[in-house]
Amino acid sequence: MKWYIKLILPIIIVGIWELCALLINNPFILPTVDSVFSKLLTPFAEVFGIGSLASNTLTSLERVVIGFLIACAIAVPLGIFLGSHPFWEQFSDWVIQIFRPIPPLAWVPLSLAWFGIGMTSIVFIIVIGCIFPILVSTIEGVKRVKKSWLETAKIYQANDRQVIWHITLPAAAPAIWNGLRIGFGIAWMSVIAAEMMPGSSRGIGYLIMYCYNFGQVSYIIAGMICIGIIGIGMDIIFKLVQKKKFAWEALDK
Amino acid sequence: MTETDWGKVWVKAEHVEKVFRSKKKGDTVALDDVNLEIYDGEFVCLLGPSGCGKTTLLRMIGGLDVPTGGTIQIDGKIVDRPSPKMTMVFQEYSLFPWRTIEENVGFGLEMMGMDKEQRKAEVKKRLDLVGLTNFADSYPYELSGGMRQRAAVARALASDPAVMLMDEPFGALDAQTRNRMQNQLLEIWHATKKTILFVTHSVDEAVYLSDRVVVLSPRPGRINSIYTIDLPRPRDRSSAEFARLRKEILSEIERLQEATGNLL
Repeated sequence: MKWYIKLILPIIIVGIWELCALLINNPFILPTVDSVFSKLLTPFAEVFGIGSLASNTLTSLERVVIGFLIACAIAVPLGIFLGSHPFWEQFSDWVIQIFRPIPPLAWVPLSLAWFGIGMTSIVFIIVIGCIFPILVSTIEGVKRVKKSWLETAKIYQANDRQVIWHITLPAAAPAIWNGLRIGFGIAWMSVIAAEMMPGSSRGIGYLIMYCYNFGQVSYIIAGMICIGIIGIGMDIIFKLVQKKKFAWEALDK
Repeated sequence: MTETDWGKVWVKAEHVEKVFRSKKKGDTVALDDVNLEIYDGEFVCLLGPSGCGKTTLLRMIGGLDVPTGGTIQIDGKIVDRPSPKMTMVFQEYSLFPWRTIEENVGFGLEMMGMDKEQRKAEVKKRLDLVGLTNFADSYPYELSGGMRQRAAVARALASDPAVMLMDEPFGALDAQTRNRMQNQLLEIWHATKKTILFVTHSVDEAVYLSDRVVVLSPRPGRINSIYTIDLPRPRDRSSAEFARLRKEILSEIERLQEATGNLL
């Protein structure tokens, strides 16, 4: 579909929003479109002494990237190991399945108790949030690597390390990448939630809660739009790489 | 190493037995007391109805499976893992879809640690041989089924094995492509003097290609008979002698199939 056709629905929604804002006529419930956009168009303006929209967004992004990279460094190698060793996969299955459905927010109290208020706590929550989708996708991807590829590699005298590096990893890469995409989405949601918790002092989640206390709804909505834009932006990048690098997966029958 | 009147023995199977054990279904004897020698430069086909264990036998010779009884030797050494003296061409899906044709053909050489320049030259020679020179940078999914199998053959040739094992390599191709591939394979065989062990369920293919046709009986898989095909090449499928051989082997296989059909 052409991009300008996709633009129609957002424009309608913004129109309804503006109409409602004018009818309600109360900026504490729903500010007008232009009051929100004026905040978005001046992203470097100071917000009541807690830094700008841009700097707080950057802080959140930085935390997400750190947590996400830590989660990758644990989940991808572990997933490759478990995916290629059925015994250990079965052995750890229950633990993974029990921990997986616990939402990252449920870890907040424990995280505060263990790591106190600050960066470590927030990063921990992000790691917990995105480690499972990455781990599970990696395991599934590795398990689905065709037996004929592994056997071909052995026929050509590949050793265990070469098999992992030249067969398992590239063959499972599309599935792993999909796990990374989902994981990053969850990490991004986790950081916002974590920043809304007591003790937070920076980040876009904090900015939203802080502005709520001041009744600055236009900043709240501007912050939400920032979150959405970063989220969709990252998703587009992940999908673009998928399309460019892993075209073979869809085309190989 | 064994020398015989026929020349060097590359593959030697002695009393090979393969039993698949299963608690639910009981034991299945896939192969029973198989004895076979393959000589240098020979083109041998393993032929038989489905379920006769021909692929199992080939996989064990390739080192991908282990016999539950007896021994298999390659060049005098007992096989317990894939031997560097052998390569294998599968029916399909063995090319790596994330690698270009050039990278696929060079895979074995890369695993051996050959440097990039030398590899490129070796790969080019093989691509020229199978007629895929212009497809070096293509991906497998951009090629037809026949071209993919040619690439798989080129990859097998690249690591310069003594013995090539082929597991119904043309089984998924249409009849015309299949005939063309058979002729190309024979040309390559003449040019490279490889020893080829070829699994097929097509009598026509076996008679057209091989020096010897090994007919296996199903359940348990045993060598039922071995036909020596001494028709001069290129063989004429419409000749009386070709038709006679094909008919003879075909009726034997049908007999074997009926025998198991009664068992089932």
